[in-house]
Amino acid sequence: MHQPPGIFLRFFRWFCRPDLRTYIEGDLVELYNEHREKKGKRIADWRFAFDVLLLLRPSMIKSFRGLQPVNNPAMIKSYFTIGWRNLLRNKGYSIINIGGLAIGMAVAILIGLWVYDEISYDKNFNNYTRIARVMQNQTFDGQVETWGSQAMQLGPELRSSYSNYFDHVVIATFPGDHKLTFNNKTITMNGSFAEPAIADMLTLDMVEGTRKSLNGINGALLSRSAAHALFGNDDPINKMIRVDHDFDATVTGIYEDLPGNCSFAGCNVMLSWQIIGPGLEQRTGWGNSWFQCLVQLRENVNLSVASEGIRDAKMKRVLVEDDDARFKPALFLHPMNRWRLYSEFENGVYAGGKIQYIRMLVLIGAFVLLLACINFMNLSTARSEQRAKEVGIRKSIGSQRIQLVSQFFSESLLVALLASIFSLMIVQLALPWFNEVSGKSLSILWSSSWFWFSCVGFAAVTGLISGTYPALFLSSFQPVKVLKGTFKAGRNAFLPRKVLVVVQFTVSVTLIVCTVIILKQIKFAQNRPIGYSINGVVSVPIRDAVVMKHYDVLRDELLKTGMVEEVAASESAITATFTTNSGFNWHGKDPNRTEEFVTTGVTHEFGKTIGWKMKAGRDFSRDIASDSSAFIINEAAAKYLGINDVLGETMIWGTNGEWKIIGVVEDMVTQSPYNSVEPMIFFLESNRIAWIQFNRVNMKLNPDANAAEALAKIAPIFKKYDPETAVEYMFADQEFGMKFDEERRIGNLAMVSTVLAIFISCLGLFGLASFVASQRTKEIGIRKILGASIPQLWQLLSKDFVVLVIISCVISVPFSFYFMRDWLTQYDYRIDISWQVYAVAWLGCMMVTLLTISFQSLRTALQNPVGALRSE
Amino acid sequence: MKKYQLGGFEEVVMLTVGILYNDAYGVSVKKEIEQRLTRKVSVGALQSALKRLEDKGYLKSHEGEATQERAGRPKRYFVITALGKRSLEHTRNTRENLWKAIPEIALNPRFTD
Repeated sequence: MHQPPGIFLRFFRWFCRPDLRTYIEGDLVELYNEHREKKGKRIADWRFAFDVLLLLRPSMIKSFRGLQPVNNPAMIKSYFTIGWRNLLRNKGYSIINIGGLAIGMAVAILIGLWVYDEISYDKNFNNYTRIARVMQNQTFDGQVETWGSQAMQLGPELRSSYSNYFDHVVIATFPGDHKLTFNNKTITMNGSFAEPAIADMLTLDMVEGTRKSLNGINGALLSRSAAHALFGNDDPINKMIRVDHDFDATVTGIYEDLPGNCSFAGCNVMLSWQIIGPGLEQRTGWGNSWFQCLVQLRENVNLSVASEGIRDAKMKRVLVEDDDARFKPALFLHPMNRWRLYSEFENGVYAGGKIQYIRMLVLIGAFVLLLACINFMNLSTARSEQRAKEVGIRKSIGSQRIQLVSQFFSESLLVALLASIFSLMIVQLALPWFNEVSGKSLSILWSSSWFWFSCVGFAAVTGLISGTYPALFLSSFQPVKVLKGTFKAGRNAFLPRKVLVVVQFTVSVTLIVCTVIILKQIKFAQNRPIGYSINGVVSVPIRDAVVMKHYDVLRDELLKTGMVEEVAASESAITATFTTNSGFNWHGKDPNRTEEFVTTGVTHEFGKTIGWKMKAGRDFSRDIASDSSAFIINEAAAKYLGINDVLGETMIWGTNGEWKIIGVVEDMVTQSPYNSVEPMIFFLESNRIAWIQFNRVNMKLNPDANAAEALAKIAPIFKKYDPETAVEYMFADQEFGMKFDEERRIGNLAMVSTVLAIFISCLGLFGLASFVASQRTKEIGIRKILGASIPQLWQLLSKDFVVLVIISCVISVPFSFYFMRDWLTQYDYRIDISWQVYAVAWLGCMMVTLLTISFQSLRTALQNPVGALRSE
Repeated sequence: MKKYQLGGFEEVVMLTVGILYNDAYGVSVKKEIEQRLTRKVSVGALQSALKRLEDKGYLKSHEGEATQERAGRPKRYFVITALGKRSLEHTRNTRENLWKAIPEIALNPRFTD
């Protein structure tokens, strides 16, 4: 009696159909023995292997379904019944499981809605894939700057020389507020002057008139809401309206309001370019990039080809007509579907934009959901011993492993389904708050089948992810061991659970560190010395140029109220000086330098109004007539000029003549509080700078005056000179505060997700701790009888978890450090990541963990040992 | 004549099962064929032929004794069914009819000078 080669025998047993297996195996063994006797082991082995391999044919292979279940629906129903009873029996665990998952899913759904909203931005125009904005890269002092604005001459140029690329080319002003007057009624609406093709390009949904009707000399299209505001129920078509007191326009069409999630949202009036175009001609050359240029590509024209094709369109013209060639303008197209998410450029190439926030949020959402899934896995496997007997009995009365796996899957699906129902409720409740934080108006898309489909799919995926490990683990028990009572989950069974806890807390600690750093960075920027005083500075935007005609009288009257200490007008708000100019020359300037300064026109008392601090020289003075050709520059500009003593130096500003530097002020944070201060020049209004337009009247309120009272006295004075405009007030401190909105938003979201992540992690830890405590009840009882003190027991029960949390803290360091260092590099003015941040995060995490565990461990430690030991 | 489908090897197996009568199981059938036809037969080919014939209803099987040299595995004995018998007869008749239809000259060509 000889044994054939085991590996082939096992292989044969594995593939052969069960009804023939024993007979054929008998034949094979019989033949093997015979060969062995006659021809020796080697030949017999060979023959055996050969025979087995030749048996591997379709008629001999077992079918893939070993078992033919006959009663699937009833079985599945039974799975859910059993699952439901299990949930009810262990209410505590069920609440932790479902609650954790529901919170995780709610976070994921909210983030999903947010991302959906962002991604669907600008997708509502029929031709959005073919619309693009013409951008330009210009080189200033070796730095490439990317502008979205263009000279008005570019439109005709693209239309005539590059018409093979484009269906439409539109030059338009940037959207701004315009006053529309009809029959003594004036409303202010946002809109643009644009060339007529804009209506076709945006495929405006016309209520009355046609898209072509913007072609006329003075045509105007109104949105439905603008028309209603101005005309009520009257028919607006062919009515003459007055625009900004300067132009007449005829309403030729009404279009449906544009949707909220597009770049043209709130654009309620489109005015014919013919109204302003001719008047602009003389003073706007190729060097004045004041307008936007939009194009619609021809069908079948590749965007990158067109983008490359128009690259030198501006360069070719400025070489002959202007001096802008030294900035090496290179044009390119920025497609509409990237406007929203990929809008930042660094040195002329894409540098992300909002897409970074989307990635970050998706990552956070995925992590929070993962934490909830881990809870589910841990609690299910931790309770495995309780269900081991069930598994054993099921297996011994004939359950296949695959059936047990599907049973446990159906239980996790049940939990995921319940959780998703709760999560929808949570989302509904949290939406108002979420909208406020994220600055959006999201709502659950109840009526969208897409939404429901993804919700169900999402619940199923969550159920599968969190159910896989428990299903495979629980169904692997051997019935003999389980039923004999010798089953004990060994050390190995705890290891995956510990790893999962470490993953959870690593994510949580990393989130804490990130949140702390984001909040610290915001705080740091808020505390940055800004170089001037924004407290009590109120400004009133000038909506009508007539105000400046009476400026001196207005100023006197304002001062006479006693509520105002000082008054000054300026080109832009002090917290938002974004006008830049080039074309400056000075003694000792490197001729290759392509300079750029922030320039702000002001009136004499501007410095006193905002309280700037003179570093050298003097402020503007009404008594010195020559100050009309004087500059006050900031420290950054003084450094930029590269001259030791700038006072008294002369600068030449293009065709605007010579200017003398009379003073240097301390650097002021007037742009981004995170960036270094740009070189700035302040100058007075004079006939040399005829084009300067004051947009703000700034007032320093008397510190003793009540703000509300002061405003009440100021308003009538403005009303007197601009009776049609409702007086608006801008508080400089609020405007400055708005610079932090974006960061604060991220900080808030990070904080909330961190809190939720910790909450979910602790929920899981709480479940595990209570499970471990209940398992060790007897041990604790005996220890107590033998004299263990309560602190000792507490330590015993808490130690394991605390060690895991410490490991997580250590692991989280490289992740958070790397990630946050990367985030901070986008700011010039930033904090360093210090060890204190980590100390705070670790301490906080440890405290929360200890609190969570101690509740359970102390309860167990305090129990009367008699109760514990008598229970059997 | 789809009714009695019987391949060449299947016919050999059927006939051998008939020869062995009451003692036809995997190994004995294999040996008998190898001996009478002086050719090799693999276990796989034989077993799948047997299974096919049983599925067609030409053979039936029953479990036999388990012996030591088979490591305790039972034998599976095969016998010819009535249907099997008819199919064998049918095949044989067809053959004979074909034989008869061959003209004498085709097999025994005679040469005349």
